[in-house]
Amino acid sequence: MSDITTDVCIVGAGPVGLFAVFEAGLLKMRCHVVDALPAVGGQLSEIYPKKPIYDIPGYPEILAADLVKNLEQQIAPFHPTFTLGERVEYLDKLDDGSFIVTTVEGTQIACKVVVIAGGLGSFEPRKPAIENLEKFEGHGVTYMVRDPELFRDKRVVLAGGGDSALDWAIYLAGLCKELTLVHRGTAFRGAPESAAKVTSMAEEGQIKLILKSNVTEVHGEEDLQAVTVLVDNATPYEIEADYFIPLFGLVPKLGPLENWGLDLDKNAIVVDTEDYSTNIPGVYAIGDINTYPGKLKLILCGFHEAALMAQSAYNILNPGKKFVLKYTTVNGIQELQV
Amino acid sequence: MTDTITIYVELKGERIPLEAPTDMGLTVMEVLKANEFDVQALCGGMAICATCHVEVLESGELPEMSDDEAYMLESLPHATESSRLSCQLRVKPELDGLVVRIMPEA
Repeated sequence: MSDITTDVCIVGAGPVGLFAVFEAGLLKMRCHVVDALPAVGGQLSEIYPKKPIYDIPGYPEILAADLVKNLEQQIAPFHPTFTLGERVEYLDKLDDGSFIVTTVEGTQIACKVVVIAGGLGSFEPRKPAIENLEKFEGHGVTYMVRDPELFRDKRVVLAGGGDSALDWAIYLAGLCKELTLVHRGTAFRGAPESAAKVTSMAEEGQIKLILKSNVTEVHGEEDLQAVTVLVDNATPYEIEADYFIPLFGLVPKLGPLENWGLDLDKNAIVVDTEDYSTNIPGVYAIGDINTYPGKLKLILCGFHEAALMAQSAYNILNPGKKFVLKYTTVNGIQELQV
Repeated sequence: MTDTITIYVELKGERIPLEAPTDMGLTVMEVLKANEFDVQALCGGMAICATCHVEVLESGELPEMSDDEAYMLESLPHATESSRLSCQLRVKPELDGLVVRIMPEA
């Protein structure tokens, strides 16, 4: 039994996902929107809310956050529902051609059509190119600190020079048996006070700081036992370690969508430009997450894609029913009943 | 003054010349993409994804790094002293003769 039943499940609450609600709503299709972020707006809200955008038709200039606000207002008559703060994980196609979309938290959305408007994808840890690194994932190699207690009285090697490397070095130094911070540069660009704190803790012997260096190898049988650090690109140096935590920021990835059986090309979903359908009937991809010859990653192109997608999706939800293109200038917006 | 400069991409020991107009406000990332090099540039030029990471092998004076670019490069596991984000290098006459190598990115 699914938690939510709707006509269209839109994966991604960025501007294109929101506008897809509008285009679907005009054709009387109900939408549920899922996003891993806790708020709508995607990149516009998370990355550049205060930046002006100049290529939205009708707006010589509009702040990203204001565009999101306007889109929310524009889709309000269609009463979309949302699951925010949950990343989609699974897509299951049922015998009748409909879908169950399941999030990482186990929320299930039953729908007839899935629209992926996932923008850059989800952000995942950037992994350094170290042979065998993945073999030790879960056996001493981890890319984030979820429960600091795990590292109590352990020998931990952190790598990185950003804020998270500095912050966790400071926090874990008091918890670990031995904490080593390996950094490629000679100085830190993180928050100055954190950088100063790490330097003084290193001087006091609470943190072992190895600058101008990289972790180049990981060693062990089943569990991690040691890492090799290359100092100054020349001298290898082995450190015994129970945990290695590379903290090199996040990189956008398709994440679980990679396992949905979609045709992909360089981290993007291949679509048919007639209706932005994917190779899975009933699944569409619009906006920055898709690719096709001549693709332009512009919000306005995503809006266009949403309009064509909605026409095609209408035919799935209303087989045999004649589609008539409606102009909003004729009847205005006819609200969907809640 | 010329309206076009040449930048080079070093690939497998060869230097491939690319003509780049200086009057369109393009970035090196955009020139690389236009020439179908394998540069994802996922974030579209906001210095937040590093999928347009290049190593500068030869150049004249380069524009100074913004904090955003420097911070991003600092967080990359295999950046070098000569690393830049090509989305932050605007095509200007001073960049004539620039030689870059496209870096593998995570």
